[in-house]
Amino acid sequence: MSETMQSAEPRVGVYVCHCGINIAAKVDIAAVVEFAKTLPYVIVVRDYKFMCSDPGQELLQQDIKELGLNRIVVASCSPLMHEATFRHATEAAGLNQFYFQMANIREHVSWVTADKALATRKSQALVSAAVRRVVLNEPLEHQKVPVKPNVLVVGGGIAGIHAALTLANAGKQVTLVEREPTIGGHMAKFDKTFPTLDCAACILTPKMSMVRSHPNITMLTYAEVVGVEGYVGNFTVKVKKKARYVHEELCVGCNECVEACVYKEGRFTDTFNEGLSKRKPVYMPFPQATPSVVLIDPESCIELKTGKCKKQCATACTRNAIDFTMTDEIVALEVGAIIIATGFQTFDATRIPQYGYGKFPNVYTSLEVERLVNASGPTGGEVQLRDGSTPKRVGIIHCVGSRDEKTNRHCSRVCCMYSLKLAHLIHERTDAEVYNLYIDMRTPGKGYEEFYDKLLKEGVNFIRGRAAEVTDWTVTPEEEGKLVIRAEDTLIGVVRRIPVDMVVLSVGLEAHADADEVRRLFNISCSKEGWFLERHPKLAPVSTFTDGIFIAGACQGPKDIPDTVAQAGAAVAEALALVDRGFVELEPNTAFITKELCSGCHTCIAMCPFSAIRYNKEAGVAEINPALCKGCGTCVAACPSGAAQQHLFTDEQIFQEIEGVLNYV
Amino acid sequence: MSDTPAFEPRIVAFFCNWCTYTAADLAGTARLTYAPNVRVVRIMCSGRLDPQFVVTALRQGADGVLIGGCHPGDCHYQEGNYKMLRRFHLLKRMLKQFGIDDQRVRLEWISASEGDKVQRVINEMVAQVRDLGPLALVGKPTPHPDASEKHAAA
Repeated sequence: MSETMQSAEPRVGVYVCHCGINIAAKVDIAAVVEFAKTLPYVIVVRDYKFMCSDPGQELLQQDIKELGLNRIVVASCSPLMHEATFRHATEAAGLNQFYFQMANIREHVSWVTADKALATRKSQALVSAAVRRVVLNEPLEHQKVPVKPNVLVVGGGIAGIHAALTLANAGKQVTLVEREPTIGGHMAKFDKTFPTLDCAACILTPKMSMVRSHPNITMLTYAEVVGVEGYVGNFTVKVKKKARYVHEELCVGCNECVEACVYKEGRFTDTFNEGLSKRKPVYMPFPQATPSVVLIDPESCIELKTGKCKKQCATACTRNAIDFTMTDEIVALEVGAIIIATGFQTFDATRIPQYGYGKFPNVYTSLEVERLVNASGPTGGEVQLRDGSTPKRVGIIHCVGSRDEKTNRHCSRVCCMYSLKLAHLIHERTDAEVYNLYIDMRTPGKGYEEFYDKLLKEGVNFIRGRAAEVTDWTVTPEEEGKLVIRAEDTLIGVVRRIPVDMVVLSVGLEAHADADEVRRLFNISCSKEGWFLERHPKLAPVSTFTDGIFIAGACQGPKDIPDTVAQAGAAVAEALALVDRGFVELEPNTAFITKELCSGCHTCIAMCPFSAIRYNKEAGVAEINPALCKGCGTCVAACPSGAAQQHLFTDEQIFQEIEGVLNYV
Repeated sequence: MSDTPAFEPRIVAFFCNWCTYTAADLAGTARLTYAPNVRVVRIMCSGRLDPQFVVTALRQGADGVLIGGCHPGDCHYQEGNYKMLRRFHLLKRMLKQFGIDDQRVRLEWISASEGDKVQRVINEMVAQVRDLGPLALVGKPTPHPDASEKHAAA
């Protein structure tokens, strides 16, 4: 069929979409239709309310069959939105799908142009370009490439854990890579979860233990992805396993070595407890750490720093698990799909100096208080001030590093709810008077508003207004020895001074400081704030612009645990859809060499970043391996003789498009 | 436009599929209005930009050409934007030798999340080329409306 099509005179059908009023309100559809009728080879022009709908697709399919159309142009939205839709419709009507061309008159015209007459002209020019170009389109076939069945999950927080377990339960071999020495992420630090007040450990640690014991999961902790090569379905990933100085397979987590360490007491910052306690150079991150394996910190270990330690830890280990000669190790993985679930970091409260964090000892971040209320935390769940006393009055300041022009403009989504939860827990444990200072109370979620109601009834105080400062400058006797929160109470219109013993700063969620490096590693995009960018905010929320790489959890934007788990499930579904199909169809926009025109100058060979071009000595010409070509077209642009061309983007097609867009009517 | 005597520049833009074209889509989704003078030709990578495309656009009646690619280090194809950057510098030198003001050709790195940058760059460029005035090439063809070509093709 395609042969007859090729030789036949082009018969173009043009379909102009109203997109409801998205296009029609700004573009004179009738004028575009009339204009399109004057373009060469155009047989029929129609317009329809929604071309992407079934009746819209049927319009062009019917015309292909009845009018013998062999080229289709749809003027509607972005090709990134619906090119695939219309290609399928074209193919289903018996025409090769690459005889289709799209003109983007929504994102690039109607949505961005103020003047209707000018928007109409711009649409006409884009339709003219598409018609000129489609005439030169050729029939092509998708290249089928097999997909590797294994999946990599990056990040061992609740998103990564849920994704890895679900994939493993579906029978896939999964590698879970976590940068910290244990999986668990932020959730492992929490005591209770809102709004149900489920014990976080009770719902998380069984999942962590399942990850460890699942036969289909390989867990690489204290490890980082350092290299990603390949493409959808066929990624080669390099993971650096940092030296723990403890053999994971030998260590049973008995902690004898920790006991034996020459440091009798912990001397170094325990990051798991947010710096509220000290650890030794050899340590277990936390009692339920998974894997249950100790590690030695080379920054603080005397043996690793100076080589002059009695090494009592090694002597104490009956299993000889400690090995000071251990070095970083590179592990290579072959996977078909990658799920990125690298989470978030909390806002650095010292960036807002007026709240006194780092200056006043009893100003805490919310994450520190999560550790204080946690039964396995540094105080065994007792809410204490730095001097060990129990606070009688506590102020919780919302939106610290959120909804703020000076720091982060976004709402971190979880802070209202976790502040309510902390208010409840503090009130329950200490009977303290608790004040919540909020801008707006945001509780959109199942059972969230009800939880807020419950807090109101519990007698927690709510003051609507952004706190101005936290100060130790006292003016009344009752403020003596306390911290004073100054804030405008916008509901009664007065500035209030609230004396408290403890201030909790509800710090917002931010993208990791190194999100940009991670993004580059995986060749995905991120927003200006550093959140990884989804392919489409509504219809492809876990896909990225790089096929085969999916995102889940707070690395995509602030979200709570239920949303994170749901998103992890969605990412798994997308990954399974890819690997279970067993093959991918690659866009046939590869480059090719016309032998007759090639002088064998080698220019293109140096251009190719994928080593897809080689020189054929016998023939004296360059040859492109379509399986390696990714379709960037850099070699085509460099070829001095025009021998290198790119399918779907030949020089002639682009020249026609240039002429078309310059066709100002 | 024929009613207004003021000069309205014609600008052809070449945007890479992965960053700048997507950013232009984002500008649309965010309803950021900008000057309608720029018409976008999508290429997979800015590395596909053959300097001939720029020259052809100018010859066919464009008063300016805008090129948009991924930020350095962000190319979907590793280094296509760097390859284009080298050609771009050479191209500008060549255009100067032809007596074409090199401000008529502009290169911008615009990532997929920078819809506002698309708006700003396009508005700036349209204003700039409007100030420069029409590109007066000797023997420059007047673009024919396609209507007359239909008969030629038939």
